[in-house]
Amino acid sequence: MRFYIIKRLIGMVPTLLLISMIIFVVIQLPPGDIVTSTLDRMQSQGVEVSAEQIINLRAQYNLDKPFVMQYVSWVGGFVIGDMGYSYLFSKPVNELVWERLGYTLLISISALLFTWVVAVPAGIFSAVRQYSIGDYLLTTVMLVGLATPSFLLALIVMYAGYEWFGISIGGLFSPEYRDVPWTLARVGDFLSHLWIPMIVVGLGGTASTMRILRANLLDELHKPYVVTARAKGVKPLKLLIKYPLRIAINPFISTIGLLLPVLISGEAIVSIVLGLPTTGPALIEALINQDMYLAGSFLMLLSVLTVVGMLLSDLLLAWADPRIRYE
Amino acid sequence: MSDPVPEDNVLSIRDLAVDFKTDIGMTHALHDVSFDVPRGKVTAIVGESGSGKSVTANCIMRLIQPPGKIVSGKIDFAPIRTDGYDIVALSNRDPRLLDLRGDLISMVFQEPMTALSPVYTVGNQVAEAILCHRNVSRQEAWQEAADMLTRVGIGDVSRRIHQYPFEFSGGMRQRVVIAMALVCQPELLICDEPTTALDVTIQAEILTLIRDLQQEFSNSVLFITHDLGVVAQLADQVVVMYQGRVLEIGTVRQVLKDPLHPYTRGLLAAIPGLVQKGSRLETIASVVGDADLETPYPLTHMADGRQVSLSPTLLREAGHE
Repeated sequence: MRFYIIKRLIGMVPTLLLISMIIFVVIQLPPGDIVTSTLDRMQSQGVEVSAEQIINLRAQYNLDKPFVMQYVSWVGGFVIGDMGYSYLFSKPVNELVWERLGYTLLISISALLFTWVVAVPAGIFSAVRQYSIGDYLLTTVMLVGLATPSFLLALIVMYAGYEWFGISIGGLFSPEYRDVPWTLARVGDFLSHLWIPMIVVGLGGTASTMRILRANLLDELHKPYVVTARAKGVKPLKLLIKYPLRIAINPFISTIGLLLPVLISGEAIVSIVLGLPTTGPALIEALINQDMYLAGSFLMLLSVLTVVGMLLSDLLLAWADPRIRYE
Repeated sequence: MSDPVPEDNVLSIRDLAVDFKTDIGMTHALHDVSFDVPRGKVTAIVGESGSGKSVTANCIMRLIQPPGKIVSGKIDFAPIRTDGYDIVALSNRDPRLLDLRGDLISMVFQEPMTALSPVYTVGNQVAEAILCHRNVSRQEAWQEAADMLTRVGIGDVSRRIHQYPFEFSGGMRQRVVIAMALVCQPELLICDEPTTALDVTIQAEILTLIRDLQQEFSNSVLFITHDLGVVAQLADQVVVMYQGRVLEIGTVRQVLKDPLHPYTRGLLAAIPGLVQKGSRLETIASVVGDADLETPYPLTHMADGRQVSLSPTLLREAGHE
């Protein structure tokens, strides 16, 4: 097992290297760079810029160096923990990303938990009571949830929250807590805001998770090993959980890692609508303004998270399923 | 209908009928099935695929799942350890149902490859049978499981008990399933074609094991098979089934040596022996000839104690007055 983990960790290096190249190339693809977009802004404000200034600017941003050298200095900096400088925010990238990344992760993971807490019991119910009224009802509700775009749902929840409960639900904090240090009260305020993005982001995945679990469980419910266990006299509820459910849930463990990128991109749209200080809006702004270091760092960190998430879900699956462990 | 000698039966099945609701209508899987399972003996049910052998077994364990349904009849169960009752009449929530399954009656299934969950160790699944029915500690249950696994012929138990089913061969898995079925010392063991999925040498080993264990624990066995060779080896009593009905009941000697029903004669003739090269194998149809298999004639008691379902003409020919 230890050997396997080490092997996988070493295997991550070329993967991440390849991802970093793709990110770097893709970010540079659109015409222009941070200097041209800065110049545009200055010129629109009526500032005259001389050719010499332009050259200075380009040198300042390392843009006069060859493409490959720019890449090497970016990746090299990344490895030692220096993610470069954001021209857009005029701050080192390090100061910008961590808090946003933390919120993104928190929202994504809580959305994942929400999905599971709702989808697993619903999936079990609709499999065990297949073709019952409850099954149809749950499926209908879930499909409506699946078909509603998350940004629309965010708007509806915002409207409903404001109209009926009189709470402003934009952002992750009430105004009075926005820029104060962490206290217990601030944590409480944060949690009272967290549930909305959690539901909005999580609901899209709930329907598919429920339907897949229902199908998996229906496949397992009548397998011979379940009949054997029933013939052994195992009590019905324990039987359901220990035998068919245990097998039906395995495929989900392997998709936790895959779910992360989906949740993160879903979170971006919702964050823009709800005005959340997460990675999504900042990433889009950075991309529009060609703030290469900021955008690249975000993408790179999310990639690292995804790759690590994949490893974790593989390890979890090996822990849960002896057939995989022994291969 | 009165039995000449009151017999000690662990199970008396009377007029059992099971229907399966399918898209094309009702399928009558069993109708008017009646037979007894004498205590301490091996009763074999023989018949071709679809004759209702397994459905009968599943009725006894109350394992018939929708769209199947027991429509009528009764299964009188007379255990020694506790009071008897009619299994068909138990409600789905009756606590006696959980005692019945695995403790008083247990079952060995046809497919050893899929009868065990792949994600739990063999020890876990065998010990669970004990933990479901008796108030013992986990260690005690595992110890008993280990003893039973040794008894069914699994070597190096202290290591193998912690292994998973996929680390066992088919024959070994069937031994595990048998250990699981016997670990609570059931009064009736149902074997639903336990050797069909195994190759011939392993089949013989498993049959020997079942016979030895039956003699050791002197429990009653209901053995379901389509293999008359197995019947000859194991059974005391034989029940011949065809299309959800019982055609003939008798001792193994009566049925195999001197079958009354043409269908039974057909079954016997269809056993491929060491026939001459180039000669055709017998089919049941060629032996049964024009005997009426479709009309459900009632089971009639014969003078020598056996029962048979025949048309009045054939019944007279068979010596019934």
